[in-house]
Amino acid sequence: MPHLAVNAVRAKYGSHEVLRGIDLSIEKGEIAALIGPSGSGKSTVLRALVGLTPITGGQVEIAGQSIDYRNAGSVRAARDRMAIVFQQYNLFQNMTVMQNVTLAPVKIKHRPRAEVEAEARRLLDVVGLGDKHASYPDQLSGGQQQRVAIARALALQPQILLLDEVTSALDPELVTEVLDAIRRLAADGMTMIIVSHEMAFVREVADKVVFMDQGEIIEAGSPKDMFDNPKTDRAHDFFSKILRH
Amino acid sequence: MDRLLEQIPRFFTWDNIRLLLEAAWVTLGMTLTGCIIGFGLAFVLVYLRQTPGLWALPLRVVCVTYVEFFRRIPFLVIVYLVLFFIQALTPNASLFTIAVIAICLYSVAYTADIIRGGLESVPHTQVEAARTMNMSRFQTTVMVVLPQAWPVIIPPAIAFAVSFIKDTALVSQIGVFELTFRGKELNNQGYSGVLVFGTIALFYFALSFPLTLLGQHLEKRLATPRGQRSARKIRQS
Repeated sequence: MPHLAVNAVRAKYGSHEVLRGIDLSIEKGEIAALIGPSGSGKSTVLRALVGLTPITGGQVEIAGQSIDYRNAGSVRAARDRMAIVFQQYNLFQNMTVMQNVTLAPVKIKHRPRAEVEAEARRLLDVVGLGDKHASYPDQLSGGQQQRVAIARALALQPQILLLDEVTSALDPELVTEVLDAIRRLAADGMTMIIVSHEMAFVREVADKVVFMDQGEIIEAGSPKDMFDNPKTDRAHDFFSKILRH
Repeated sequence: MDRLLEQIPRFFTWDNIRLLLEAAWVTLGMTLTGCIIGFGLAFVLVYLRQTPGLWALPLRVVCVTYVEFFRRIPFLVIVYLVLFFIQALTPNASLFTIAVIAICLYSVAYTADIIRGGLESVPHTQVEAARTMNMSRFQTTVMVVLPQAWPVIIPPAIAFAVSFIKDTALVSQIGVFELTFRGKELNNQGYSGVLVFGTIALFYFALSFPLTLLGQHLEKRLATPRGQRSARKIRQS
């Protein structure tokens, strides 16, 4: 049984259908990468999974449990199992790094503060920000903020981590530090869905590459098959365009 | 002019000054009480107004109607409305209470839009991040949105209260013993209008000017993230 099963999921923005029947299945510990041109619906898949974009059809199952996105309790259960990291970090600007990381585990999950803070210190060490506990987001660089956002997501102890173009808003010299943090998670066996334009990185860490275009999955397979030998013309076109420069 | 100069020693007696000080206290008290309660209620109103979902539509309509209605009628009319409405219910209600209620009703409508603007100035992505962590709408508002909205809300809210101190002169019409009412009284006792209302003017100035300074101070302090941080530290220590 897959850890996450997405079945014929559809979503609309107004009258525009942004997801037109998405099927996806991810095993525990697997890393799936969603790639494709902008506007293809990659980010929408992640937003739909955490209930930010309403889905208009299809089913989602996490660890065998079906999620009903019209039911608030069911959405809460889904959000309990997944954590998302956004392109723009979305750290709470009014809180320190430590407060950002500990807020939800303490206030929402009601875990003991001392335990959560110890865990937060460990996570911040993992992402290389052990000395920034007391800083506010606006005192950090984009790369540092994004690493805090990753630590914040991990502090929720998710079963699945969703990364939405986490390096797209960063200056090129800051991308590496964030990718390094994700590499460490990958080595730890974290289940992840990654939306990314970093093709070399995707090729390196992903177990499965999913190519999307215009709200549909065009092709999926192992990184090697996908990058070296795409079967569809659309995937072929996409790769030849982005790998040329 | 001679009459005015001749009146000065008679006018500035301890009794008259005490009368005006008490009246100034009434003016300040009813304005601040009304505005503070109104400010609190305005938060409730804005929160209710933002309730999502179809079932909450009547609620949203009521909230919007309240704001739009009370912003479009003169304050004096509200004062009379409250006076006659309350007196019909409880004939013994004090005029001060009636004034406070009127001020409250009016300030809710005005500060609600200030608060709404402040809450909406916080990027929606902050709310999304909170929601994906399973924070409720209330928790998100209190822990994430409001702390970031204060710098936008506080300066115009204080500016409103300061300017409202002057407008509360209108409640002298129903006989609340505030500054303007006492002014009219002293004027009727034969003191020169220029002398009396010149003094009253100074009292109003003395009430609103310190509040204006406080507002400017807070505005500067809240304008930058660094200022907000030092404000937080002071609150914590």
